[in-house]
Amino acid sequence: MSKPIATTRSATGIPTGRLAVWWVIASEIVIFGGLLASYIMHRLGHPEFGDYASHTNTWIGAFNTLVLLSSSLSAVLAHQAAERKDGERAAKLLGLTMLGGLTFAGVKAAEWTMEISSGFTLTTNAFWSFYYTAAGLHALHVIGGVVIMGFVARDAAQGKELQRVELIGNYWHFVDVVWIFLFPLLYIAK
Amino acid sequence: MSSSDESRHEEQASRAHSEPPPAKRAQPAGHHAEPHGDMFYVQIWALLVVLLVVSVVGPMLGHPVITLVTAFGIALVKAYLVTKHFMHLAVERRYVVYLLVTMVAMMVLFFAGTAPDVMKHKGFNWKNEAAEQEVKRALDAIKHNPHKAH
Repeated sequence: MSKPIATTRSATGIPTGRLAVWWVIASEIVIFGGLLASYIMHRLGHPEFGDYASHTNTWIGAFNTLVLLSSSLSAVLAHQAAERKDGERAAKLLGLTMLGGLTFAGVKAAEWTMEISSGFTLTTNAFWSFYYTAAGLHALHVIGGVVIMGFVARDAAQGKELQRVELIGNYWHFVDVVWIFLFPLLYIAK
Repeated sequence: MSSSDESRHEEQASRAHSEPPPAKRAQPAGHHAEPHGDMFYVQIWALLVVLLVVSVVGPMLGHPVITLVTAFGIALVKAYLVTKHFMHLAVERRYVVYLLVTMVAMMVLFFAGTAPDVMKHKGFNWKNEAAEQEVKRALDAIKHNPHKAH
């Protein structure tokens, strides 16, 4: 199957695939940034948010932060392996990253089950609306990243399209950065 | 052109265009990563984990300033470390840095433009009665029933 000509040229000096991922990340900054900025202004204008946030579990949030940071490490090591043309190792490390993503999603699902069982739902109040929207949108990005990473890892294991290991890695690190900001906002500022 | 040829072409384009400045280059031409071994990234990860521990323990002291610094100051440091080293922004073209900074600036602009209306509930010629009532209702509810969802 032939590729579009756009994938073989570069007007900015950055390979098209990598440039495309940077633009995806740029647009994601506005999406998550708008959401987080809205949350921050509401948090500062509504003292009751502090009490609402006291019901989130800091340890679960911290554990998931550790999981995402560790999965970012395996993603960057996969990129290193791809740079050395070691597709097999890159695929294994991407597999570890996917495992991290699945762990994160599993813990998040268990956490939500507990919270919903305790009566905290999307419509309970503005804090919980923000909480489920921001964490849910982030979790969707984690799941999407895991799925795409599966395809990249499959090709990398065969030594194909190794440049894509860096591209999915950059996306994954961005998802990690978003969580780095969500964690203190939703779990620590009480 | 076959797929593998194009793949190679794209990779060659990547090599040709992503070279870091000579001063930073210590690897074969076009290697789009910092000139470090795997252990360097493990060290960055270890530093990130230490910062995570500080960001959890700091707020437990209960001092607002310490909470602000340890939770949010450290979040900024962690984000900086991830973008600089894991995403290799340190050796990426400036174009990308400008692109990302522009997006963050838009976020700040959005905050500056809308925050006064949300954070303040009254001004010289206006009053947001609904917000004031909601804050009063919520605080009353918390006072009388601290463990409920409200």
